[in-house]
Amino acid sequence: MREMLSAKVRGIAPSGIRKFFDIVNEMPDAISLGVGEPDFDTPWHIRTAGIESLERGRTFYTSNSGLMPLRQEICAYLKRRVNVSYDPASETLITIGGSEAIDIALRALLDPGDEVLIPQPSYVSYLPCTVLADGKPVTIELKEENAFKLTREELLSAITPKTKVLILPFPNNPTGAVMGKEELEALTDVIIEKDLFVISDEIYSELSYHGDHVTIASLPGMQERTLLINGFSKAYAMTGWRLGYACGPAWLLREMTKIHQFAIMCAPTTSQYAAVDALRNGDKDVEMMRDAYDQRRRYLMKRFEEMGLPCFEPHGAFYCFPNIQKYGMTSEDFATRLLEEEKVAVVPGTAFGDCGEGFLRISYAYSLDSLKEALARIENFIRNLEAWG
Amino acid sequence: MREKILDAIERDARIDLHDLAALLGMDEVDVANEIADMEKENIICGYHTLINWENTSREVVTALIEVKVTPQRGMGFDKIAERIYNYPEVDEVYLMSGAYDFTVIIEGSSMREVATFVSDKLSPLESVLSTATHFVLKKYKVHGTTLVPQHTDERMRILP
Repeated sequence: MREMLSAKVRGIAPSGIRKFFDIVNEMPDAISLGVGEPDFDTPWHIRTAGIESLERGRTFYTSNSGLMPLRQEICAYLKRRVNVSYDPASETLITIGGSEAIDIALRALLDPGDEVLIPQPSYVSYLPCTVLADGKPVTIELKEENAFKLTREELLSAITPKTKVLILPFPNNPTGAVMGKEELEALTDVIIEKDLFVISDEIYSELSYHGDHVTIASLPGMQERTLLINGFSKAYAMTGWRLGYACGPAWLLREMTKIHQFAIMCAPTTSQYAAVDALRNGDKDVEMMRDAYDQRRRYLMKRFEEMGLPCFEPHGAFYCFPNIQKYGMTSEDFATRLLEEEKVAVVPGTAFGDCGEGFLRISYAYSLDSLKEALARIENFIRNLEAWG
Repeated sequence: MREKILDAIERDARIDLHDLAALLGMDEVDVANEIADMEKENIICGYHTLINWENTSREVVTALIEVKVTPQRGMGFDKIAERIYNYPEVDEVYLMSGAYDFTVIIEGSSMREVATFVSDKLSPLESVLSTATHFVLKKYKVHGTTLVPQHTDERMRILP
């Protein structure tokens, strides 16, 4: 048979740390701090809203854009939490998680050769989704000394005449970095002057521990050139419900809805009904979970300090990104030995871009007991490294 | 900050002081002092262990007793409650709004023992008009903790 697969798909390398992931999955007795999703169950009242929708026989498609009451609740939520106004009818789309929104936004925006700026370390899908949409990914290596924030200089030096889109993934997975109002403001005149469009992935927005989340869409001149992506997975512990949304200018949402309509039809109806309840009655749950993550975050930072493991202070999401450069090993070697010798699974920083080399992603979406035990083992591992190499 | 401490130790009274201070971002000595003060001020009134006796060989029967009383001169609700709660068999006593006056919760080793307490000690009290005893058949959740087995962590083990 001739080669049936597209050259484009074949060109996308499988994740370099796939091998490591396979080893982890073969060690069921290891303690894992490697998961990128909440440890909480979806709050019970949200689950019952989903169950109730099934009992009432709401098992049909919704409109392509999603249930209107849900779109209205999303717009009300964005107004009250981040002070941006969107029209539920023409500027809002319900998607299968934030992931679908990223994919179809890039497909709607890019022509062959258009460049997409992707700050790294960051979530794994921006780069392949850009390639699949015929765009050219251009990575920007974020620096630990800048607390993994994107600076004006870094942005300026990455822009070429072909640059069209900037992806802003904050609060950030894997670093936990957050961009505050001033830091975002430092970018906006560049973005406007160079006529760029921003895809702002704010899936971790509710997990901000130093003041409220600020969206770049709320800054002057930015709403018309920003797509705000968010969802229910992290804030409401609803990963398996697969529900996200995108809000932005009507000219873009119209085209994204077209792709969504042909590829997906609509987001799951049960999840949409549950999400209406999440937005109406879930503020207390979000606060409770945020407090719990924040406590664990402080606990981890304290323990790293005690064991002499340098780690910049994350202000968002539920990850720490300690620096292991002083041990003179690659992230993957460190993670593999930690797994083999102490049976603790963490994710090598290189999973999130080459510039993640020398770092580990440690998730604190785990109970205090698990964290305690895992950190005791990490400390033991480090002590042995220091003593024996 | 007191409320944060209370929230944490209400869930886990045995939490290590060092860990608690780290979780709250406080100094260990400050946390210890705050707890000591709250013990003195009768805010923290005890540290108990939540035991599921069902999983032991000991027979434990729990009953919830609704009590109607008639308060009299010099013998208000508080005084009547004292007469009731001073019995060591009694675990909890609450003054209620609604159709009856007190809820009394008692643990005994058998239904007979509980019945004897009601007929010999509680009912004869001068102010007590009537009682209605309800036996607990199964405990599902106590003090915010679910006693039936919960599901384990079913998440994927590693995800980007």
